[in-house]
Amino acid sequence: MDTILQLLDLSVRSAVPLLLAALAGLYSERSGVFDIGLEGKMLAAAFFAAAAAAVTGSAWLGLLAGIGASVVLALVHGFASITNRGNQIVSGVAINFIAAGLTALLGNSWFSQGGRTPQLFAGQRFNPIDLPLADTLASVPLVGQFYSQVVSGHNLIAYVAFLMVPFTWWVLFRTRFGLRLRAVGENPAAVDTAGISVTWARYRAVIVCGVLCGFAGAYLSIGLQAGYVKDMTAGRGFIALAALIFAKWRPVAVMWACLLFGFLGAIEIRYQGVALPMVGVLPVQLVQALPYILTVVLLAGFIGRAIPPRAGGIPYVKER
Amino acid sequence: MDKSTVESAGTPAPRDLAIELIGIDKRFGPVHANKNIDLAVERGTIHGIIGENGAGKSTLMSILYGFYHADSGEIRVGGRPVHIADSQAAIAAGIGMVHQHFMLVHNFTVLENIMLGAEDGAILNRGVARARAELQRLEKEYALEVDPDAVIEELPVGLQQRVEILKALYRGADILILDEPTGVLTPAEADHLFRILAQLKQQGKTVIFITHKLREIMAITDTVSVMRRGEMVATRRTADTNVEELAELMVGRRVLLRVEKGRSHPGAVKLSVRGLSVRDSRGVKMVDNVSFEVRAGEIVGIAGVAGNGQSQLLEAIAGIRPAESGEVFLDGRPVAVTGYADPALLRRLGLAHVPEDRHHMGLVLPFEENENAILGYHGGSEYVSGPFLDIDAIRADARAKIDKYDIRPPDCRLRTANFSGGNQQKIVLAREMERDPIVLIIGQPTRGVDVGAIEFIHRRIIEMRDAGKAILLVSVELDEIRSLSDRILVMFAGRVVGERGPEASEGELGLLMAGIEGERAVAARPEAVS
Repeated sequence: MDTILQLLDLSVRSAVPLLLAALAGLYSERSGVFDIGLEGKMLAAAFFAAAAAAVTGSAWLGLLAGIGASVVLALVHGFASITNRGNQIVSGVAINFIAAGLTALLGNSWFSQGGRTPQLFAGQRFNPIDLPLADTLASVPLVGQFYSQVVSGHNLIAYVAFLMVPFTWWVLFRTRFGLRLRAVGENPAAVDTAGISVTWARYRAVIVCGVLCGFAGAYLSIGLQAGYVKDMTAGRGFIALAALIFAKWRPVAVMWACLLFGFLGAIEIRYQGVALPMVGVLPVQLVQALPYILTVVLLAGFIGRAIPPRAGGIPYVKER
Repeated sequence: MDKSTVESAGTPAPRDLAIELIGIDKRFGPVHANKNIDLAVERGTIHGIIGENGAGKSTLMSILYGFYHADSGEIRVGGRPVHIADSQAAIAAGIGMVHQHFMLVHNFTVLENIMLGAEDGAILNRGVARARAELQRLEKEYALEVDPDAVIEELPVGLQQRVEILKALYRGADILILDEPTGVLTPAEADHLFRILAQLKQQGKTVIFITHKLREIMAITDTVSVMRRGEMVATRRTADTNVEELAELMVGRRVLLRVEKGRSHPGAVKLSVRGLSVRDSRGVKMVDNVSFEVRAGEIVGIAGVAGNGQSQLLEAIAGIRPAESGEVFLDGRPVAVTGYADPALLRRLGLAHVPEDRHHMGLVLPFEENENAILGYHGGSEYVSGPFLDIDAIRADARAKIDKYDIRPPDCRLRTANFSGGNQQKIVLAREMERDPIVLIIGQPTRGVDVGAIEFIHRRIIEMRDAGKAILLVSVELDEIRSLSDRILVMFAGRVVGERGPEASEGELGLLMAGIEGERAVAARPEAVS
């Protein structure tokens, strides 16, 4: 029982950055701006969050710095792909490279620790929060244990991530902002002829994407870990994209997809090098590849066609 | 241009004008889309704007709706000058527009589409309730029933258009612009639309109706303005004019409704088709044992309701679609049409092909005009120097064709997509006709082509005949077949069910096309059709 709960707890921890990044991608892509630069934005946010937290001693300032860095990169992507109608894939790839290079360069020159930021102390990070009654309920079988071990004990950003799921659904389907955001992703001409700026609607979506990627990066460096390590996102931005497609750009489905991928991540950590009966030790690479394999297999056979927003990837130009 | 057809837009009598355009001018690079346009639209009327494709009608309306900005000129709404900076401003001035290509979000509901841009607050709840109530009211008032919760892509085109109209009314439009609204509608849906427009007029709305179809102008408008090559050439009361006058104003000279042509002098057989059968991609037999001949100096027209095998017949003869069985002789030489067919070889042997669907098969739209003008013949010695294309020769060749075929605008560097339908068709015709072929096969020569270009194209086809070419013509326009052909073959269900002379009446051909006379005709068909 404890093993399972520990595995679930670990799954949630692994899922949080995926969830934030995937929701970030959801805002951007639903507005018609494809974003494979989630990885880069997360990495930049992780670095700047850790750096700012180390220098200022405040986790909050760290979070702000992370969000700021991520939003700046998001605006670069927006400027290239919305204002200048560039290719969104190329721009996204460029952002990933800029982030990887910049964090390594600045990390070395500022802290001289081989790209790391200084180790953070408890006050400089977001620490686990015990939810009310977690201790009391720990003795209640199943429900109580689940509450105290899996639900309780995460940091603030993790709770923000999960609250973002219903909030995103509400924004998308119950607000004017969401209606327009979905419309520019499907048929920007319809929005333009309704007298609404397509450019501004897409920029707002891209900025929201930057903010959420900032949370995702900060979660890694000043939440889960105590400092920034070189390339610490380790492809999470791409797994988040896979989760987004897997979930067909729907917020609640995105959460389940991220939890599933988080679970696979937890297995990877937990059972690395552990010999399984009949099979023996699984190669690490196989376990790491699982989310991608799963996405391909499920998309190909079980989930059906994932139809992206119709105007996704296409810069909006008035006819002629 | 000839001044006699120009008339001032209105008399100075005091009228209640909904819209007044004064001196609107607009250029797109080298294209002068609107030249100093004046237009006055009376309140509570249906005002038609007619003109050929590319005459500048849509541009003018896009300026009125704030989608483009005029280079100069003034817009007055209800007598007051307004500055329409964007569509929002147009909407605020009470102008609504139903675009040719609907501006709807395909996976939104009707209600969501109607609310978009007029949501009434940041949170939708209140707006949804208001939109639903307002929609019900509009539905009652104008008899525009549509299920507010239906998803757009599941609705038929006629209903989607209704949503567009509701969208404009929901925004409080008093003046409704419809841009080529019937292009996508079935005749029944079009009739319904006309009833809706009449209803709107009764309620005091002003309707501006853009079309290139004369019949529609006569059917529903009160006043009609004619545009030609970016200019407003005349405004008439619909009751005081007629189809002939409008057609003449549109093209600037009298249209030959009947093509004038001399007797044909058929020579030797140039194209001979024997026992040709063709299956389509689904495996359905579309052409069933068809035989005929085309002689030098004659036009053989194939009439038939679309989908009775004419397309597959053309494709098989052109070498694009392999035939199942049969033989084709080109100038007496057998050419392979079953198994592997080679369209390039057929072209070298003297077959020129104007495909039915110019966008799909005849042109590469993003290419420049001069590139399309040699497409398929680009390996010819006159267009290459060594391993390279001879750009100067190609452009000179393109310019010569532009002159000869009166292709507008006369710019061989312009993207082909920016030409109107009629001019695109002329690009294809120029390419195929100027190769001096032995046999010319033409599919739907004037589909989506405006009146002026139709006349030109018909004359060119007759000239080709008189120059001794063997011409096979396929068209779903019975008028076109009857006025051009020297002999008419009627296809029904994949078979040639009858042959008639050009004097055959419409009714007689119609019966054949419907397959009613068909069975008897097949039984009585002479062995050699020639």
